[in-house]
Amino acid sequence: MSLLEIKNAHLKLDDKNILNGVSLSVNKGEVHAIMGPNGSGKSTLSYMLAGRDGYELEEGEILLDGISLSEMEADERARSGLFLAFQYPVELPGVGGMSFLREAVNSRRNFLGKKELDHLAFVKEARKEASKMFVKDEMLKRAVNVGFSGGEKKRFEILQMALLKPKVSILDETDSGLDVDALKIVSDGVNAQRNNENAIVVITHYQRLLDYIIPDFVHILSDGVIIKSGGPELALEVEKNGYSGLINAA
Amino acid sequence: MNKNNITNPLERRRVQFGYSQNDISKLLGITQSQYSRIEKGISDPNKHLKKLSDIFNCMPNEVFQGEILREIENDFINDPKNSFQRLFHKRKSGYVHLNIQGWFTKKQVINNYKMLINELEDWKVNEYGIRWKWLTMDEPNWAMVNFPKIDFQDIYYYSAPKTKPKLNSLDEVDPELLKTYEKLGIPIKEQEVLAGVAVDYVFDSVSVATTFRDKLADEGIIFCPISEAVQNYPDLVKKYIGSVIPIGDNYYAALNSAVFTDGSFVYVPKGVKCPMELSTYFRINEQNSGQFERTLIIVEDNAYVSYLEGCTAPQRDENQLHAAVVELVAMDDAEIKYSTVQNWYPGDKDGKGGIYNFVTKRGNCLGKRSKISWTQVETGSAITWKYPSCVLRGDNSVGEFYSVAVANNAQQADTGTKMIHIGNNTKSTIISKGISAGKAQNTYRGQVQIQKNAKGSRNFTQCDSLLIGDQCGAHTVPYINQHTPSARVEHEATTSKISEDQLFYCLQRGLDTEQATSLIVNGFCKEVMKELPMEFAVEAQKLIGISLEGSVG
Repeated sequence: MSLLEIKNAHLKLDDKNILNGVSLSVNKGEVHAIMGPNGSGKSTLSYMLAGRDGYELEEGEILLDGISLSEMEADERARSGLFLAFQYPVELPGVGGMSFLREAVNSRRNFLGKKELDHLAFVKEARKEASKMFVKDEMLKRAVNVGFSGGEKKRFEILQMALLKPKVSILDETDSGLDVDALKIVSDGVNAQRNNENAIVVITHYQRLLDYIIPDFVHILSDGVIIKSGGPELALEVEKNGYSGLINAA
Repeated sequence: MNKNNITNPLERRRVQFGYSQNDISKLLGITQSQYSRIEKGISDPNKHLKKLSDIFNCMPNEVFQGEILREIENDFINDPKNSFQRLFHKRKSGYVHLNIQGWFTKKQVINNYKMLINELEDWKVNEYGIRWKWLTMDEPNWAMVNFPKIDFQDIYYYSAPKTKPKLNSLDEVDPELLKTYEKLGIPIKEQEVLAGVAVDYVFDSVSVATTFRDKLADEGIIFCPISEAVQNYPDLVKKYIGSVIPIGDNYYAALNSAVFTDGSFVYVPKGVKCPMELSTYFRINEQNSGQFERTLIIVEDNAYVSYLEGCTAPQRDENQLHAAVVELVAMDDAEIKYSTVQNWYPGDKDGKGGIYNFVTKRGNCLGKRSKISWTQVETGSAITWKYPSCVLRGDNSVGEFYSVAVANNAQQADTGTKMIHIGNNTKSTIISKGISAGKAQNTYRGQVQIQKNAKGSRNFTQCDSLLIGDQCGAHTVPYINQHTPSARVEHEATTSKISEDQLFYCLQRGLDTEQATSLIVNGFCKEVMKELPMEFAVEAQKLIGISLEGSVG
């Protein structure tokens, strides 16, 4: 059974068809990359999966580990093990990083029937993971994403992923706004979390990120449908010929 | 004016009771000049004799006979207990018409008299006049709050627990009472032991237990119910009560001055830093009862105290009135930190029931370099009408106001502060965070006044409003009066909403809508929350979450 199953997903925004029958199966241990030009529906796909208000499916189904997500609110989906690393992480003024992380982690632990971590245990765990992502203690004391640089924001996203240990992670344009060094730190962080029990879906514009996070499968999204799937070599083809060649061929 | 030199008996009576001609004319419903003519004996007083006799506590035929009144008064002062009985008998026989009868519910008259005699002694008795002062005033109508007119005849002004023994420790407290506290989540015993908080319980206006008093006494600190202070430290109380908030300051302060039955008294002597946070929990219990406590805190040179006021009330259908008065006095280099967390019953979703919270709080920075800091988290009450203020009299004195006001459903909050700069180089800071949800209306109303001689004074004001939903309102009404060119006043204001992006971000991390709202709102309030003492801050955070339940989604 697939860990994430998208079946014939249709979605409209303001009466405009955005997703026109996306189907995708992601198995445990796999990394999938979804590539596509601007306006192809990549971000819509990630919001749809995460259950953002207004992004409800018109038709089709999504299953996480065999359980339908369609009727679940965003927070239930998250607690069930779906994680979205945001393209533009949102600022939460006055909300301390450490307490935000703790609330999130304890929500997930509650759902899994595990005991909530007390303050000390959590701080210890968070610091350990943070140091791997080169996130300094000082950053965890600041308000979430407020005044963070582009690189800091993305590192903080991946730190959350590491702490929440989701079944499926969707990385939405995680490479945007990163220089080469930051890209490497973030990619290393993601790669460290790859294992046989989880799966990662990387949504990206450019092939560049896929040099660092090497996918098992690459899919090309255009006008709300997957027009071509293949191995990592498909990303290289995009890099070489652009999207237009592929879209025309389809 | 020496009242003994006045020969006109009516005028003499009036001055004795502390009224102006204007006050009396208002009570009689005539113009001042009309009254003046009556007083001088030019106009016929007959039409007004009945009312005048009410006001002056005498029979109509005695209005122009000053001596009898004085006899009764002296009698009362010299031997209050027996005098009460005499008066009461007379009243029963219809001979003496007691002036308080008109608005004390009958049931309470007796209790009230006992209280006057047992606890508040002669100086309070002398303030018969105070009661009438209140009647000369009109209810304020400038605040942005709407409510049906209060029937002041229908309020219990004083209620005491049926048995009222003086208790030495919590063990002696009624277990039912302790149970109520437990339900409210106030861990009394834990607080005593762990946090070292001395708690002076005010239960329907009467204190039933005071703790840690000995420890405080070692330092020379007085912390007791004000009814006891009146008996044990009459000079201190007399000197300062009403010195910050005069009797006639405003309608509700006048009401409190007339009917207050208890409250807290704190005195910190020179050079003493109070070693623990002093705390009083107020409760409103009896239906239709008003709580009129009176708090007076005096901090001498170089001394410090932090005072916590927490308020809870169980659910009641009818509106209850809370009209407290809090006065603070800080001498040279003294500091007072006064923190409030208020979560009284706000009424139901449609605005039925709930507490009217009409409170007057003011601090006097009398001394040089003195500092008074108000921190409040207001989540409860149907209507909040409250402006904790600082009078910055001493040079280089500092006033601070940190406020979070949450209004949900049909709640109305009109709150803010006044900073009156009188001394040189005085400084004030105002940070106000207003949160509105449901159909609530939340108004910040603040005044910064820099008087002529307050050279080099500074004020910084920041008012932020957060709206949740699209049916609530936030209003900011700053008044700035600047009379000194060398002073600087800054005002910043923002209004924002919880954005969909913020909410979605939190939900995506597994927080539910209420958790997310609470987190974002608490983030919004952080600057104020960090001013609260630790254990209070935790409670306040939870409260804000609870009071916004159901406001989103």
